[in-house]
Amino acid sequence: MSIRVEGVNKKFGEFVALEDVTVEIPSGSLTALLGPSGGGKSTLLRVIAGLEQPDSGRVQIEGREATELPARKRGVGFVFQHYAAFKHMSVFRNVAFGLEIRKRPKDEIKRRVTELLELVHLESFADRYPSQLSGGQRQRMALARALAVEPAVLLLDEPFGALDAQVRKELRVWLRRLHEEVNVTTVFVTHDQEEAMEVADSIVVMAKGRVEQIGSPDELYDQPANDFVMNFLGPVTSLGGRMVRPHDLELFTVPGDGTTPATVTRVTRLGFEVRVDLDVKGEEAWAQVTRGTAEQFGLESGAVIHVRRAPEARPVRAVAPAGTA
Amino acid sequence: MALAYLTFLLVLPVGIVVWRTFDHGLPAVFHALSTAAAVHAIWLTVVIAFYAVVLNTVFGVIAAVLLVRHDFPGKRALNAVIDLPIAVSPVIVGLALVLVYGANAPVGGWLTDHGLPIIFSLPGMIIATVFVCLPMVVRAVVPVLEEVGDDQEQAAATLGAGRWQTFRRITLPAIRGALAYGVVLALARALGEYGAIAVVSGRLVGRTQTVTLLVQERYQNFDQQGAYSAALVLVLAAVIALLISRALRPKELVR
Repeated sequence: MSIRVEGVNKKFGEFVALEDVTVEIPSGSLTALLGPSGGGKSTLLRVIAGLEQPDSGRVQIEGREATELPARKRGVGFVFQHYAAFKHMSVFRNVAFGLEIRKRPKDEIKRRVTELLELVHLESFADRYPSQLSGGQRQRMALARALAVEPAVLLLDEPFGALDAQVRKELRVWLRRLHEEVNVTTVFVTHDQEEAMEVADSIVVMAKGRVEQIGSPDELYDQPANDFVMNFLGPVTSLGGRMVRPHDLELFTVPGDGTTPATVTRVTRLGFEVRVDLDVKGEEAWAQVTRGTAEQFGLESGAVIHVRRAPEARPVRAVAPAGTA
Repeated sequence: MALAYLTFLLVLPVGIVVWRTFDHGLPAVFHALSTAAAVHAIWLTVVIAFYAVVLNTVFGVIAAVLLVRHDFPGKRALNAVIDLPIAVSPVIVGLALVLVYGANAPVGGWLTDHGLPIIFSLPGMIIATVFVCLPMVVRAVVPVLEEVGDDQEQAAATLGAGRWQTFRRITLPAIRGALAYGVVLALARALGEYGAIAVVSGRLVGRTQTVTLLVQERYQNFDQQGAYSAALVLVLAAVIALLISRALRPKELVR
């Protein structure tokens, strides 16, 4: 295990930020801490980095007891949401900072910084100042700066949070590739489930200071431990009082095995997908179907159809709570 | 309106001082400024201002960092005390110092017995000046420290920098402009201090007389040339300080 967090509690005044949090993050993994804002994920990341001191519990990094270590001795690379660029230093000096602190020889610093700037595609920006860079470029500079000291773990706090949608998408793919290249244990915080599912190979879902579930994106999507995780990881609707993914609703023109009659209240086309709002015995539900299906059924407002849960749909079943598994 | 207000309050009186200084030509000004008392007063003022500014710069930066970056018992009290010199008349500051450090007071008596008289000598004058300049550096630096936030300092810490390295490489460059502005303000205040100095110095001509005290003493002895010439020195110093602070300030505010 690269990072082991055991029974960590943290309060800010009366506000409980972390409650008995236990997480293990294997070496070389790319893990997302996912959850709504105020859920404690950033606090957990800062506790791992040593920027926040837990009230109780332990933190181990690479098998070394780190609970009492100050941030500067933990060997972690930290990337801040708002970059925390050193404004008065050039891009080169920003990236060189950790190496200069470690009093590495000049030529080694120059070689290493040049390498890193190439890695983050900023080699032609070495002499610029942070104010002359775009948000995405600043974030990549911050990443290079964190990687310069060859950290045991790389921690990223909402790394794409302050960027616009297009740049975000590009950087996601890029982070995934970067991780494959440098292969350092990486943990990033996000409140965007799509981002977590796309980038991470393991996700820790957090809410209200507690860990709700830990698993691969597929495990979380298909076997959510509870309603919260199911809700947070993707769209949900309910049929007959049970939660179900809207794409797991089957539609029929005639009644069949286990179907319920429903009235179409609205049909909304979202490109390839079609959202069908339904009235099922007075209860609202909605189904996600392809355009082809919608046309085949001639779906329109007022039509009566028959729905059921797809038999192959994974049921929401209780799995062992996170941390005790 | 504002212009007329400033003209009558500021431009006219200062202008007349400058004009009257040269009533008898440049040689008279040089003569007035080269008397032993005047030379000593200028030197003494420079010495006092130097110590006061250095002490206040060190204290000011430490206090600002404490107030913005740390939580500790008595923080609100410290914050309030720093503004005290603005609220309290300098004369009262001088009087209070005499009560504590005067030769007849316990603390002052003990120090005098051990060869370090405070009142009516240089240390007392420096203490008084430090006191009246206290808020200048702190109040200039605090807002800038708040604005830059502690993200950069935390980033430096995760990169392995210790406290002192973080301060020197990250915090200090970030507050440089504001610090310089505060230092200039403190310098201007130190050069122009009269009330507190008047009380603690004893106004001993050629010994504890600063330029402001010299102006007053010359004027009362009907030596108008001496008073105006010394005043001119103060006006010039103030204008230079003001120009420097002007040059330093806008950058900080725009950023």
